[in-house]
Amino acid sequence: MRLVIPLAITFVAGMIMILQFFVPATQSVGESLQEWYMIVASAAIFLGAINLLNVHVHKIRFKAPNWKYSPVTIAGFSVMIITGIFFGIEPGKPFDYMFTQMMVPMGATMFSLLAFFVASAAFRAFRASNWRATLLLLSAFIVMLGRVPIGGMISPKIPLISEWIMQVPNLAGQRAVMIGAAMGMVATSLRMIFGIERSYLGGAD
Amino acid sequence: MSTFVEKLGSIDRRIIFIVMALAVILPLAFRMSLPIKIGEGPSKDMYDAVEALPNGSTVLLSFDYDPSTMPELQPMAIAMAQQLMTKDIKIVSLALWPMGVSLGNEALISVSDSLGKEEYLDWVNLGYKTGGGVLIVRMGSDIKSVFPVDYDGNSVDEMPIMDNINKLSDFDMIISLSAGDPGIPSWVMMAGDRYDIPIGGGCTAVSAPQFYPYLGTGQLVGLLGGLKGAADYETMVRVGVEDAPAGTATPGMAAQSVAHLVIMLFIILGNISYLAGKKKKRGAK
Amino acid sequence: MNWTVIGIWLGALLSLSLYSFLYKDNPFYKFAEHLFVGMSAGYWVIYNIKNVLIPNWWNNLVPAEGGMQPIWLIPGALAFFMLLRIVPKLSSLSRMSLSLIVGTGAGLSMTAMLQTNALAQVNGTIIALGQGGGLLSWISNIIIVTGVVCGLVYFFFSKAHTGVVGGAANVGITVLMVAFGASFGYTVMARISLLIGQTQFLLFEWLPTMGINL
Repeated sequence: MRLVIPLAITFVAGMIMILQFFVPATQSVGESLQEWYMIVASAAIFLGAINLLNVHVHKIRFKAPNWKYSPVTIAGFSVMIITGIFFGIEPGKPFDYMFTQMMVPMGATMFSLLAFFVASAAFRAFRASNWRATLLLLSAFIVMLGRVPIGGMISPKIPLISEWIMQVPNLAGQRAVMIGAAMGMVATSLRMIFGIERSYLGGAD
Repeated sequence: MSTFVEKLGSIDRRIIFIVMALAVILPLAFRMSLPIKIGEGPSKDMYDAVEALPNGSTVLLSFDYDPSTMPELQPMAIAMAQQLMTKDIKIVSLALWPMGVSLGNEALISVSDSLGKEEYLDWVNLGYKTGGGVLIVRMGSDIKSVFPVDYDGNSVDEMPIMDNINKLSDFDMIISLSAGDPGIPSWVMMAGDRYDIPIGGGCTAVSAPQFYPYLGTGQLVGLLGGLKGAADYETMVRVGVEDAPAGTATPGMAAQSVAHLVIMLFIILGNISYLAGKKKKRGAK
Repeated sequence: MNWTVIGIWLGALLSLSLYSFLYKDNPFYKFAEHLFVGMSAGYWVIYNIKNVLIPNWWNNLVPAEGGMQPIWLIPGALAFFMLLRIVPKLSSLSRMSLSLIVGTGAGLSMTAMLQTNALAQVNGTIIALGQGGGLLSWISNIIIVTGVVCGLVYFFFSKAHTGVVGGAANVGITVLMVAFGASFGYTVMARISLLIGQTQFLLFEWLPTMGINL
């Protein structure tokens, strides 16, 4: 019984979204639903933040491994909230200053670490173990050379071949994946709307 | 020799890290420069599509990324804003990613200040909303119900730039600078195909290959892929413009070249070591 | 010392702390990592309050011209139910909020996916064969059509990959390998670009604050 109302909401919301594509009379209901969606989806952010604080308070209370760093997370969170609420978010304010001077370099650095790991992984795992793997490697080499100026300096044909790989075999492969994934998505959406797929509700009780 | 080649396979990963770091640092430190040649392709298509817009058009620029992909997408944002503002094309911007708001502001303010453009008249940053594709569909019929105020709480109704903008089809083009989802796919699906608006974009190199099917069908008018796309765009925008700021993508391409060669060398060495190990195993049997 | 220089130093020290992970996990890395997570969450919350909840919910519920629009209590309640996920006894209420999100998303993306990522792509593939432009263009079009069809056959697991189906699947996986190779090349490019961006910051913004101009 506890699943009936959620399943009904999923069905009605899904059908309205499909119908408004074809039936103009359902347009205004659909638009209201879209505006509501924004509000409800934004609650997920708050849920995430509460969860984060919960985890770190728990870690501090029970002195879990690395608990000494948890106050740093809580402090970072609190400082952004306080400055955002009391000083505003426009450029030049403390909130924006901390974003630009601290969050931007940290975010960029965090992901730039992947350059080192991709180099290490390429060295250890990228093996020409059979002819298809060799083909993959060859394609990667041509694209890597063709997308940087040095490729054109080695031979003016390399950038052309690289662009051809992108626009022909790559396009074909990506399109096959795209069509396959779209069909899967359509099937999954229908299963959700008609209540066959319920895993998003957390079990089938 | 054989032992050395086999030992290569178990090299400390920190040595690989050092070589990788040097491959990037040295070309930058020595200001190594390589010429950027622009051939036919998605970058040129993107530039031409913007150039074809009449002066006074209005473009929606969506900042769908965050600092983690900033080195690739921020130079695109700056070059794109330069081209649009130089052509007197109005920019209405927004962000499907929260951090895109601040990064967008940074790019728009720097270009606007250098070209003497005015906020709310020549450009505006509407800010961030949750919802991705759902929000785009809602904007298709009424933008101001989704964005009643800009990122800083100023009423959109009072902005001259928004006078004739009520729904997505009032824009002459939508450009998404996209690091993932929501981003280019959402704009193509919910705006381009649904309301028949030309969509262009820039994306991280990771996601560029998967957007080629959209280029093939014309669902995307052009695409800037990664730092190379940004460097192409910087180069094209700077042609014929005196004292144009240098940008960060173009000087980075020499380091990118060296780093690619180093990675390729790593792959070759890794394979030599693998084949040597395989041969030895076969010999032992 | 001004705020810009302090900011550059803050950014540089935090960046170096994160890079120290390349040697091994250490307290500097952990400090910066935890700080980044906390600050990011704070940023997201503030933007959700200021850019979503106040203009799109509160100002609709209680408009500036006075009065109250009770209909807006519904999304407010559903948003609140979402938060109840952390209260075990009431967590089942959050299913209603999830249902609205899943239902709306599924309904909308179903039609859009079908149109944009399936029908338009099939359409594009059929047109490709007929487009002229010389021998290379014709060969390219053949590869696109064959690649897409065989790629789809490879993903079709309801029939055993033997005989003609097996042959087509083999062609499909070959085309996919070339595509994955191109994707790998682009992935390498992306990761290095991010490193270049941060290196530019350290070399050309941070070092000059110490009088080192490269």
